[in-house]
Amino acid sequence: MSLGSVPLKYKITIDREQCMHCMRCIDNCSYGVYHKEDDRIIIDSRKCTACHHCISMCPRDAISLQERPVDYRSHPLWTAEAREDIINQARTGKIILAGMGNAKPYPVIFDRLVLDACQVTNPSIDPLREPMELRTYLGKKPSKLEIDKKDNGDVELLTKLTPNLKLETPIMIGHMSYGAISLNAQLSLAKAVEKTGTFMGTGEGGLHEAIYPYQKNMIVQVASGRFGVDINYLERGAAIEIKIGQGAKPGIGGHLPGEKVCQDVSCTRMIPLGSDAISPAPHHDIYSIEDLAQLVRSLKEATEWKKPVFVKIAAVHNAAAIAAGIARSSADAVVIDGFRGGSGATPKVFRDNVGIPIEAAVASVDQKLKDQGIRNKISVIASGGIRNSADIAKSIALGADAVYIGTGALIAMGCRVCGQCYRGMCPWGIATQRPDLVERLDPEAESEHVANLIRSWTLELSELMGAAGINSIESLRSNRSRLRGYMLDEGTLDVLQVKPVGA
Amino acid sequence: MEKVEIDAKDMQYTPLNETIREAVRNGAKEIILDNVIGQRFIADGLKGDVTIRINGVAGGDLGMFMNGPTCIVNGNCDHAPGNTMDGGTIVIHGSAGDAAAHSMRGGKLFVKNNIGYRGGIHMKQYEEERKPVLVVGGSSHAFLGEYMAGGLILVLGIGQEDPAKDRGIGSGIHGGMIVIRGEVKDELLGVGARKAEFGEKELEMITPYVEEFCKYFDTEPSGLLDMNYTCIVPASARPFAGKYTWE
Repeated sequence: MSLGSVPLKYKITIDREQCMHCMRCIDNCSYGVYHKEDDRIIIDSRKCTACHHCISMCPRDAISLQERPVDYRSHPLWTAEAREDIINQARTGKIILAGMGNAKPYPVIFDRLVLDACQVTNPSIDPLREPMELRTYLGKKPSKLEIDKKDNGDVELLTKLTPNLKLETPIMIGHMSYGAISLNAQLSLAKAVEKTGTFMGTGEGGLHEAIYPYQKNMIVQVASGRFGVDINYLERGAAIEIKIGQGAKPGIGGHLPGEKVCQDVSCTRMIPLGSDAISPAPHHDIYSIEDLAQLVRSLKEATEWKKPVFVKIAAVHNAAAIAAGIARSSADAVVIDGFRGGSGATPKVFRDNVGIPIEAAVASVDQKLKDQGIRNKISVIASGGIRNSADIAKSIALGADAVYIGTGALIAMGCRVCGQCYRGMCPWGIATQRPDLVERLDPEAESEHVANLIRSWTLELSELMGAAGINSIESLRSNRSRLRGYMLDEGTLDVLQVKPVGA
Repeated sequence: MEKVEIDAKDMQYTPLNETIREAVRNGAKEIILDNVIGQRFIADGLKGDVTIRINGVAGGDLGMFMNGPTCIVNGNCDHAPGNTMDGGTIVIHGSAGDAAAHSMRGGKLFVKNNIGYRGGIHMKQYEEERKPVLVVGGSSHAFLGEYMAGGLILVLGIGQEDPAKDRGIGSGIHGGMIVIRGEVKDELLGVGARKAEFGEKELEMITPYVEEFCKYFDTEPSGLLDMNYTCIVPASARPFAGKYTWE
């Protein structure tokens, strides 16, 4: 007997009075919700993903969308989602693939942290008229400076400084590969980081020729699949990042399905057309922290020690100990990707259940590095679920030097977080390689939107800092006295090293 | 400046590589490294048309990211020679450790004797111009050609009863070809690997590499150019296509 169909997730309705039969909804829906029969627009709501492209393109605002119009008997344990996952797996016997970040309603620690502000005893700073320093240098800092004072009063710096990455704002864009996202989407991000004086990651998809003009703002990634990696790629990047783990899928590798490996993607990744691009969980030359150190050093050796090398790990319970090992490996920055981190495609069971929150991971990493007296040897970059400038300020106060944003930047380009990236049919032209969909995204216009997002968050950061009486981002870093926990349990406050409100 | 001699005694790898790069920049066509004792990363990321003769034991990641040069090792080699190598040739007059030719995406690696575990792992190719080749004179260990996405692995088994006696050959292979001299038991094949016929076409394909191997190691190719090989290829270019369903 058949299991039958499950209820609709979304129901689309057209206000027939308003509709002018322009058929834009049919043209715009890549999932095939609409079609024409005679002169009538017919709706198949079952195909809807809530991507909102039809709604945003309808000239008469005639389309409305309702979430889950039919539901099951309510039950606190056997939720609709739990039941539908079982039905799906009973039917297929397969792993459920999902997109975007963790979709479970875990409490968000950021929302239970409040920032401090000055009142009388020390003055706040007005960013309108006082200079605020948000410039951030990522990389090793010397534990002390040796200088030679000349007889004529000149001073010469004797300490050899390690190459650092210079950011005009502590906000960068994380790694989203060409393959997972379209070339137009990558171009938009590249133009945006150039405009705002910051950096973005290439992801593990190599560097497409069209991005070469922006290479000075690129952090090139080396993942276990080594896609698109050769010496020219390494030399082009401003920095190199080794991907060990990712917040959306700690402990597993990446997998770009063959459908997305079109001619251009195959060329950029240097792999056969249409074959799966498999990036296994481990790097096969890394089986210990010493091996990781060897990969870091081999990348530095290949690029003559001129570029910072980052190591990205997923936020897991022993992230602090791992980061302490990474700090001793010659790496210049460690990226911690929290369990809210996004993904083009991941097993749902990983996305929703594996890893720990970025807030706890960053705080424990920062504390461990300080306890071991090696905090200056490495920068800390927080990523995974950063939604606004307050999250950034809180991340930095918890111990990050800078943050990566991912989903936030995609939303600035139109993404509605429908979570269907793995299907390659993104109607916004972002997570797709279909030429007709890719061309919907205008890199010039969208780069301005992303740049505006970075600019506005940078302005807000200045205001938050000013209110806290801080005029340099370095003074906010790891400054946990500027945070208080509200409705957080004692254990979490202890890990965060943050006092409760009123204390 | 055609030929340069460098004494690597007591030299750390960075100054050693700096010296090599300097010599290449100055037009050296042949560099002889004496007293090499396990220095890692020799010729890491090196480009150009130069032959480096390494007298001693080369350390890990020899020729990593290399594009162009030829490295000839008169001795053994530690792990991962040819790691993510782009182009050029590495010839090892001895044995090599684990992960030889890891993710190699072009160029050729010849090992006279044996290699360790995970040989040719993740080797990949882009069209014909970027086709990596690993030739092993002796034997290999487990996970040979795992996740292989292109290129050729050839194990000749010279002087060996069993050239590939460990399991996991070609686990997750989705491109390229593994050719092993003699019979290979079915139970040694990894998930996604299958045996294919070794015919005249395959023999023709491996012949130039067998001859090149014999030229480097002063051996006669005639005894190796017959049909006594097992050919292992991917069962599918999409090994995991059927593993997932949508949310």
